[in-house]
Amino acid sequence: MTGIIALYIFMLAAFTGYEVIAKVPVILHTPLMSGSNFVHGIVLVGAMVALGGAHTPLEKIIGSIGVFMAAGNAAGGYVVTERMLEMFKSSGSKRKPGAH
Amino acid sequence: MDAELFSTGNRQWLIEISYFITAFLFIMGLKRMSSPVTARSGIVWAGAGMLVATLFTFLFPGMGNYEWILPAIILGTAAAWISGKHVAMTDMPQMIALYNGFGGGAAAAIAAVELYRGEAMSTTMGTLAVVGGLIGSVSFSGSLVAFGKLQGLIKKSFRFGGQNIVNLLAIAATVLVGVFIITGWHHDTFHVSLFFVLALLFGVMMTLPIGGADMPVVISMYNAFTGLAVAFEGFVMQNAAMIIAGTVVGSAGTLLTQLMARAMNRSLGNVLFSGFGDTGGAAAAGGEVKGSMKPIDAADVGVMMAFSQKVIVVPGYGMAVAQAQHKVWELCQLLIERGVMVRFAIHPVAGRMPGHMNVLLAEAGVPYDLIADLDEINAEFETADVALIIGANDVVNPTARNDKSSPIYGMPILNADKAKNVIVIKRGQGTGFSGIENALFYLDNTRMLYGDGQAAAAQLIQAVKAV
Repeated sequence: MTGIIALYIFMLAAFTGYEVIAKVPVILHTPLMSGSNFVHGIVLVGAMVALGGAHTPLEKIIGSIGVFMAAGNAAGGYVVTERMLEMFKSSGSKRKPGAH
Repeated sequence: MDAELFSTGNRQWLIEISYFITAFLFIMGLKRMSSPVTARSGIVWAGAGMLVATLFTFLFPGMGNYEWILPAIILGTAAAWISGKHVAMTDMPQMIALYNGFGGGAAAAIAAVELYRGEAMSTTMGTLAVVGGLIGSVSFSGSLVAFGKLQGLIKKSFRFGGQNIVNLLAIAATVLVGVFIITGWHHDTFHVSLFFVLALLFGVMMTLPIGGADMPVVISMYNAFTGLAVAFEGFVMQNAAMIIAGTVVGSAGTLLTQLMARAMNRSLGNVLFSGFGDTGGAAAAGGEVKGSMKPIDAADVGVMMAFSQKVIVVPGYGMAVAQAQHKVWELCQLLIERGVMVRFAIHPVAGRMPGHMNVLLAEAGVPYDLIADLDEINAEFETADVALIIGANDVVNPTARNDKSSPIYGMPILNADKAKNVIVIKRGQGTGFSGIENALFYLDNTRMLYGDGQAAAAQLIQAVKAV
């Protein structure tokens, strides 16, 4: 990947992020923040590669902490977002048993 | 396994294709998450993307240390999964802060591994690694402080004179050490360690003075920070999935932060560099409020609501703290059965962060089409027979509209005072979170129903049933 291509990706992705969020209603602010929090859990793949190429004990320990935290970001972000969004329903849809 | 199929070139190609699919799934997922109808499927799309990218990354040529990688993934996933399943909906904001801090910490850890390796990097790559490491570290330690504050572990806001100058010096020192590393002048273990310690310290110092009420904006900002840090480390590792996902979150998070700050009538600079309450302090009480608070019985309120045409419920965080949302919804269902039109009016800062109250109401089973935000509902108060205020205070204070001396002057409020009758459920006669007298409580059309939110709602249910 050449530098200029990387810059193009950066610019286009920035616009994409802005546009995707621009029209979101206030009711979804919290779940959406949580959802975007999940998306940057992709740092996991970078942490895996960094740890995968680590040599010294120091690199291995810090790399492991990185993978641990990245996995936590991804898994935790997914679970809480899913839990919140699962509860959003309109009065037309049937409510699950147990919710009164 | 077929050796040919898994040659280095093929592996590289497979990984790149998988990252391409992941980027597509992430963007589609976020898009779907921005509408309540498709939101639930959005997170599933994004989740599938994450799974694809993680699995294919194991094919990375030259990967080793599996005995370190696998336990770290399993432990991290298990710890977060279990805590995420059990956290109460009211505690959601600090949980998001915690997971976000982890992401920032992971980005910083990648930078640390790259920098500790000590290999000569180009100036561009070195700069990206250092800047990403700085932002990630600040996001990590700052998010942990935010978590501590919302969780009630850190109760005080630490403020002292010249704090902004001290913070400025701290960030300047961090950047200086970063420059030493980038130029290769002092690229050694000691200076790399010093750099990360300073960056982490700066994150703590920057977040400690910020008050709990402003934390949602700060958490959202750190969410954008983590995105950027991930994108920068993605450049260093030549990893397209990280660049795209990180940048998308960075820009989306920045926009979301602005939206939240605007909803709270605060500028981002104001949140970061001045503590809440510094503007007024003891003098914040504002002008004298005329009149008296007039109490009412639950039985009378029950009759009033049962024979209304339209009732607007204004819930605040106090309702969630009292766990009254289930009772309130039960009450509303009784009213709906009687033919009363019921709506919920949500102020952007009704919960701990914009949209949080919607989550809490959704948990109680309230359908989202009964819930309206400020712009939608404000004109409707004039036609409402009853506005039922439960656990909300500052967001319905008319002083914000007309008293220039009030610290909340200019904050958009719900026009509950325009309803024919206003019923306020409140524990006692004290002031709200900001310590400001609420002129609404003294109006001629306002009646106070004293009591705990949950108990009061239960009384109202009995009263409506008795009609």
